[in-house]
Amino acid sequence: MARRLKDVDAVVIGMGFSGAILSRELTRAGLDVVGLERGADRNPAEEFTLTRLRDELRYVVRLELMQDNSTDTITFRNAPDELALPIRRFGAFLPGEGVGGTGIHWGALHWRFLPNDFRIRSALAEKYGASSVPDTMTIQDWPLSYDELEPSYDRFDRLCGVSGQAGNLRGRLIDGGNPFEGPRSNDYPNKPIKTAAGPAMFGAAAKSLGYHPFPVPTATSSAPYVNPEGITLGRCEYCGHCNRTACESNAKASPNVNVMPVLRAEPKFELRTRVFVTRLVYDKAAKRVTGVVYTDMKTGEEYEQPAGLVVLSSFVFGNTQQMLLAGIGEPYDPRTGKGVVGKNYCYQFEAGGEAFFEGREFNPFMGAPGMGVAFDDFNGENFDHSGLGFFGGGYIVCANNGAPPIDGRALPKGEPRWGAGFKQATAKWYRCNTRFNTQGSVYAHRDNFMDLDPTYRDALGRPLLRLTYNATENDHRMSRHLVDKLEGVIKAMNPTHYELHNRPKNFTIVPYQSTHCTGGTMMGADPRSSVVNRYLQAWDAHNLFIQGASVFPQQHGYNPTGTVGALAYWSAKAITEQYLKTAGPLVHA
Amino acid sequence: MSEDGVPRRNFLLGAGLAGTVVAAGLAGPAEAQQPATAPATPPPAPEPEPFVTLTAQEAAFIAAAVDTLIPADELSPSGSDCGVAIFIDRQLGSAWGGGARMYRSGPFVKGKPEQGYQLPLTPRDYFATGIAAANAWTRKTLGKDFDRLAAGDRVGALKAMEDGKAAFENFDARAFFGQLLSLTMAGFFADPIYGGNRDKVAWKMIGFPGLPATYADKIEAYRDKRYVAEPQSIADFS
Repeated sequence: MARRLKDVDAVVIGMGFSGAILSRELTRAGLDVVGLERGADRNPAEEFTLTRLRDELRYVVRLELMQDNSTDTITFRNAPDELALPIRRFGAFLPGEGVGGTGIHWGALHWRFLPNDFRIRSALAEKYGASSVPDTMTIQDWPLSYDELEPSYDRFDRLCGVSGQAGNLRGRLIDGGNPFEGPRSNDYPNKPIKTAAGPAMFGAAAKSLGYHPFPVPTATSSAPYVNPEGITLGRCEYCGHCNRTACESNAKASPNVNVMPVLRAEPKFELRTRVFVTRLVYDKAAKRVTGVVYTDMKTGEEYEQPAGLVVLSSFVFGNTQQMLLAGIGEPYDPRTGKGVVGKNYCYQFEAGGEAFFEGREFNPFMGAPGMGVAFDDFNGENFDHSGLGFFGGGYIVCANNGAPPIDGRALPKGEPRWGAGFKQATAKWYRCNTRFNTQGSVYAHRDNFMDLDPTYRDALGRPLLRLTYNATENDHRMSRHLVDKLEGVIKAMNPTHYELHNRPKNFTIVPYQSTHCTGGTMMGADPRSSVVNRYLQAWDAHNLFIQGASVFPQQHGYNPTGTVGALAYWSAKAITEQYLKTAGPLVHA
Repeated sequence: MSEDGVPRRNFLLGAGLAGTVVAAGLAGPAEAQQPATAPATPPPAPEPEPFVTLTAQEAAFIAAAVDTLIPADELSPSGSDCGVAIFIDRQLGSAWGGGARMYRSGPFVKGKPEQGYQLPLTPRDYFATGIAAANAWTRKTLGKDFDRLAAGDRVGALKAMEDGKAAFENFDARAFFGQLLSLTMAGFFADPIYGGNRDKVAWKMIGFPGLPATYADKIEAYRDKRYVAEPQSIADFS
């Protein structure tokens, strides 16, 4: 029997970017907030230090900051008629665990979605006719516009000290920035990052073909910066080591560096780590969540924490699983199309390539995941899809990701994988290649969804979440189109040799592809088509606010974190300015 | 048992590196934390590193395999002389080797390749099984354990495993080869603190500068120009 604890004003489940921002905004509004994190506390002063961080085996290969699959995982199958099996160690995607969540090891590519992305179904209907979207493509308009979200995007930009080149400042187009971006109310907090030889050549080649290259916006400050929380961020050193781990310079944004120091000093905030929330306590009649039940992993004891307000801000999988376990909202059924919880699981459809330049020097170990040049000419509705046979798109990029020696070596396909020939080839090519990526959208499909697994359970006895997902013909066509355009640019760079990597027909859980999982508790205009309203408030529990990419109706052609952070500020504003005055539904169904 | 002239017992002491000393820079955290006062007597000469996880037969297989995957030439010493066999021994004995952070509940079902690894075996048990299956296969087809094969036959055997042409009894040879190659390369290229990549030989081979990495003033200055630095590892800062 769970021991009942003293009531608190608000409880926040999961201390990633969304959880940290909500905790900060709610305490600022005067609430007593308890933050619950199932993983370790991660304090930069103790953990994000040298030489500890410079250990590729620990972080990149053994995945020290990622979710512990011995406690919890998901099951996976490609199609509804297959048997789902547990992902025994995560591979294709890598959700983080502990304070900071996935916001520690992310690549810090900091994007906004396009204005048209927020009204994609309407935009497609207007341009190509209402019947142009197939029945199986279950995309939806977002229940808010880019313009409404813009001030929140701006807040999150400043929290993170984002470096970039504005392309559209309050409607004025600026040369060298992304001309397709929505108007921004303020310039980026920091000047764009520097780029190495590969991305510079890519930018020149893209421009020569008439595209519009610009430096990738990154949440790594290019110069020392004091964010609005009064926290001083360091300058990025382009060390090439931060992918899958943290930044000792405090230049790469993370919840731990950019928000948590203020929260840790806040008397109204209490952080409890290594506490595993097993369920939400749901009062269906009252349409309220009365609290949460968790197991303290340090003592093995179970507690019930009553709360006036519950913020659910774990990863996409955890958010959806909690809703299904608590029975809040109608589970999605792909056979009938009815129900919403678990619906519209989407992903990022990334494909790319490498180019090898014999005798040239690219110093690939300098840089970071976002240190590159991109163009957006084939993203969203930035181009005409008439006659192409698909919808969607993505940005095309060349970046110096850093090239750690175990995981970051590239070799032409024909070269040996081992033996004396391998050594010669690796010594020859390691420094002379540069890499490309296409960040493709995933438009929702009727058969891609999440529900509870009938067989497998986690270490706390709960049914695992079951993911049913496969790549669709639409997304394959979209991706091949992007890769074709990429190939044109690579050819213009005149490499000795290049390779392109289209995605295999079926989605596979190995190797790593992207941690941009979205959907499952999507936001929308009404309870029949969504789990949460435009303020991320659950339709069926007015004191429950769900954060993170699980609220995306579909995934667009950009990394999701910029929008996740913006939505956190947007939701927090609605809670503090509206909900705390009058508790109840903020949108009437 | 020593028809190829290499006593198997030596493999227990780190194959092919009798006489190779542990570089002072490889001192582990425990040593690094010792008080800095000068010792009254000179420290004893370092001992060769023994295998602590693998059996003698397994160690012989691993040493022969890593020496075939990473042969000695002008670019580097052999895999085992670079410490890769010791690395694999340590990794298989680590929490990772024991299956930490891995979901291990049943039921166990073969599944599709898209569903990834589905065996109940920990990495340690997986390698034990794979090594035994590989030796059984080379005994059947070539008359000897893998480590007793001539160099050319070892290459041929690994190639057959890689190409899926080796028919192991009840075990996936190609998948095993993939795991073996992956762990070998991790050992060759990882920080030397884990036992492989001795003297940062793999980093020198490719021109990876290691830990010191403050490139804000270099990333543009070194466009199309080689940046050369003597690589430095974790132990160099300990």
